[in-house]
Amino acid sequence: MAVLRPSGDFDTSYEHDLAVVRQRWQWALLLLLLLALFTLPYYAPAPTVSLINRIGIAIIAVQGLNILTGYTGQISLGQAAFMTVGGYISALLVGAAGWSFFLALPVAGLGAGLVGLIFGLPSLRVKGFYLVMATLSAQFIIPWLTRHIYPSLLNGAQGINVPVPTFSLPVIANTCFLGTTFNAELGTCVYRFATPSQFIHITLGVLIVSTIVALNISRSRLGRALISVRDNDLAAELLGVNLFAYKLKAFFIAAVYAGVAGALLAHNLRHINSQTVGLVDSIMFMGMLVVGGLGSNLGPILGATLVVLLEELATVLAPPAAALLPTLAGGATAALKPLLFGLALMLFLIFEPRGLAHRWMLIKAAWRLRPYAR
Amino acid sequence: MTASENFLTVEDVTLYFGGNAALCEVSFGVRRGEILAIIGPNGAGKTSMLNCISGFYRPQHGRIRFKGHDLTKTPTHKIAALGLARTFQNIALYTGLSTLDNLMAARHIHMRQNSLQSILYWGYARREEVAHRRRVEEIIDFLEIAHIRKTIVGALPYGLRKRVELGRALALEPELLLLDEPMAGMNVEEKEDMARFILDIYERQGTTIVLIEHDMGLVMDISDRVVVLDFGQKIAEGTPDEVKRDEKVIHAYLGDA
Ligand SMILES: Nc1ncnc2c1ncn2[C@@H]1O[C@H](COP(=O)(O)OP(=O)(O)O)[C@@H](O)[C@H]1O
Ligand SMILES: [Mg+2]
Repeated sequence: MAVLRPSGDFDTSYEHDLAVVRQRWQWALLLLLLLALFTLPYYAPAPTVSLINRIGIAIIAVQGLNILTGYTGQISLGQAAFMTVGGYISALLVGAAGWSFFLALPVAGLGAGLVGLIFGLPSLRVKGFYLVMATLSAQFIIPWLTRHIYPSLLNGAQGINVPVPTFSLPVIANTCFLGTTFNAELGTCVYRFATPSQFIHITLGVLIVSTIVALNISRSRLGRALISVRDNDLAAELLGVNLFAYKLKAFFIAAVYAGVAGALLAHNLRHINSQTVGLVDSIMFMGMLVVGGLGSNLGPILGATLVVLLEELATVLAPPAAALLPTLAGGATAALKPLLFGLALMLFLIFEPRGLAHRWMLIKAAWRLRPYAR
Repeated sequence: MTASENFLTVEDVTLYFGGNAALCEVSFGVRRGEILAIIGPNGAGKTSMLNCISGFYRPQHGRIRFKGHDLTKTPTHKIAALGLARTFQNIALYTGLSTLDNLMAARHIHMRQNSLQSILYWGYARREEVAHRRRVEEIIDFLEIAHIRKTIVGALPYGLRKRVELGRALALEPELLLLDEPMAGMNVEEKEDMARFILDIYERQGTTIVLIEHDMGLVMDISDRVVVLDFGQKIAEGTPDEVKRDEKVIHAYLGDA
């Protein structure tokens, strides 16, 4: 399918052709959307804000998986394990070492990235099914380690409590600015990202950065090298791409995304243990990516949103379902969630295997060609 | 002919698959600035020879020297940067990318931005993308594929995909270009276009070309020299006229045509 643009949108230079946001009205729309998201706590009920928060964190994890699976073609079921690594690192750095959350967050990402590299090593030798098995091992080894090593620090299976992210400002002219409040103990003005309404600004900020990074990867030398590994690894090697190096880079980047998402989740839930995220989540992320569209930057956003909303639907549908099928008793929600997820995945694989992002492109193209038929 | 005259030297290359020798002590040289055709019946070992040169297969014996490097010992991903590019008999494009991005992907070895600069996509990386885009657009114009610039190549018809693959090889700016049956499966018009492009590349850029082709008329027309393979062995080498008159060649190849 060729790229269709609104009429009147011509390229005036290669720079312009390479731009992602092409026109003034598109910038305006984007800014409006961001404004609506950032002011969400002022007009939306708390459960909605909390839901958007969850969606945002899921998107970040799926964006990482998209770079590894969607762009580089390396299937992994280890994403949740790398989230666990990031969650623990940030929890310890902020909790035990007293770091600022905003410093701990990137370090958590890098730490998870390094662990991701280790589990990416088998990709040199094995592909497809065998690689899935190799990455699956992360899902068993990492939670096990959190339960058994350094019990004094990691507190075994119980897990650890995670502090609220804060930032502090000096007192200026006897007042605290930017919504901070005076903390007598520290002698500074402190802002606490305690509730979802406060935390969501962190999630959205990280989401903007993670999306820009994903876009930049896909339109540059790095992204083309990753895609060439996916599309034809033998040709890629003959064209000068070091397969192993680029596979490892993909594993690293995917795990950095996971580590950041894991740190966000841990600080949002204020607690982390070996079961906070697990194999089921890794599978869900893969499902979100398939539903949204592999190898498209819109895919993770659409896929994660749809699947988390479906989970919400399961919660709404649970009481009537429980009335209909009394044998489910209290477990109606737990039973409905995987059912709806499985159903959605199956329908997409049959009817829209290229995901929502592809459908969206088709709809856009159809509108642009109006009133002419295709 | 001495080895020093040669641009590429193939020495005693022997390649086995299990017990079968696909290539048996094959030696020949490619001179700078010539078009050399490798011909021979199906299964003669032509593609295997190209695969050995491009580092895709590793022969059990023999050496392949190119600009002072032994290609049989060079890591595969480092061969392109020495100035060697190829196309494939069965087309090996990046099917999920557009024509433009397939060619841009081949600029990999010429681009200097590291992965961190790619991620930031600012300053140097951005300027480099534009500079290489300009170079790639020249190749697109040359091959007359501007109309499919943004089409995903998986959706293109066979003849055009062959042309895009040639474009991708050209984007490497090779000194030695290996073409494996560039005209196979094409109609007459497409074949003529392709022959014109190959001659243009040869004449304008002075690229040395090694070509595998079945169309004998065409081989005789455009190549300077011909190497004939049969059952993995070199049975003849020389100018098209010499080869055409060679007893063994007539028997092995032209004879059964
Ligand atoms: N990867 C491979 N595995 C096993 N046998 C192979 C392989 N590649 C080529 N061959 C064998 O080597 C011989 C030469 O094949 P090839 O080089 O493709 O011939 P040509 O290109 O001249 O038609 C054939 O007998 C073929 O079956
Ligand atoms: Mg062949």
